[in-house]
Amino acid sequence: MTVTAAFFYLFATITIASGFMVIASRNPVQSVLFLILAFVNAAGLFLMMGAEFLAMILIIVYVGAVAVLFLFVVMMLDVDFAALRQGFLQYLPVGGLIGIVLLIELIFVVSAYVVDPGLVRTPAVPIPAADVMTNTEALGHVLYTRYFYFFQAAGLILLVAMIGAIVLTLRERVGVRRQDISMQNARTQETAVELRKVPSRQGI
Amino acid sequence: MVIGLGHYLTVAAVLFTLGVFGIFINRKNVIVILMSIELILLSVNINMVAFSTHLGDIVGQVFALLILTVAAAEAAIGLAILVVFFRNRGSIAVEDVNMMRG
Repeated sequence: MTVTAAFFYLFATITIASGFMVIASRNPVQSVLFLILAFVNAAGLFLMMGAEFLAMILIIVYVGAVAVLFLFVVMMLDVDFAALRQGFLQYLPVGGLIGIVLLIELIFVVSAYVVDPGLVRTPAVPIPAADVMTNTEALGHVLYTRYFYFFQAAGLILLVAMIGAIVLTLRERVGVRRQDISMQNARTQETAVELRKVPSRQGI
Repeated sequence: MVIGLGHYLTVAAVLFTLGVFGIFINRKNVIVILMSIELILLSVNINMVAFSTHLGDIVGQVFALLILTVAAAEAAIGLAILVVFFRNRGSIAVEDVNMMRG
């Protein structure tokens, strides 16, 4: 039990510390790297809670795709990040006040949370025991049957996001000479070759 | 010492607060604001999974999966808008987003 607690505090501390570094770091590249660290440790927390599939998906999707996308964009944009940090201290009091108030309220909610002992829990879909079914299998049994329309809607959202991102960033450059296969194939002998009768001792 | 639901909820609450705090103090840098939104969504996911495993109901994990999907889509669209904006204005400062005089 103490090992569990030790790992929980390890993951929780690193998650929160790297979450703080994300917003406090001077260099956005370091922010992205700390974001990756936060995600990996949150995946550790998920593992400890018993949600193995979501932990792996968090690493694959967030670390493998979203964070790398952030890294690409940060490195691609040629921005003077030092200038963007002007006014950092100006917003600190208001932001700190709101943050502390929010944190205190959330801690109150969390610490005051009690489950009514007389409550009869009726889970919509109970989690099967670990020796009966793995977490991934149980999730699949629910996701592809009961929540199939939600699954399809998630696919549609991803499709719309993909098309939207392509449409937004696709740039049509003018004046670029590209190979046009159909035009090349449509050339006939008349348009491609011209025969001239060159008089003797005179140029064309 | 037993690690219960309250511990996970506290971690999620602190992460959520850090996300909101990050939006406030990085008012100029859109990239860090997007990262703060990712932190907020991560904390919501921790809440979802904590309640799901604590109450023995797998539906919470299904919805955490859907939140993950939406977060990925949001990051893609947000970064695409950011790239287009940088191409047009040469800056990513939030104060420069005033073309429509809003």
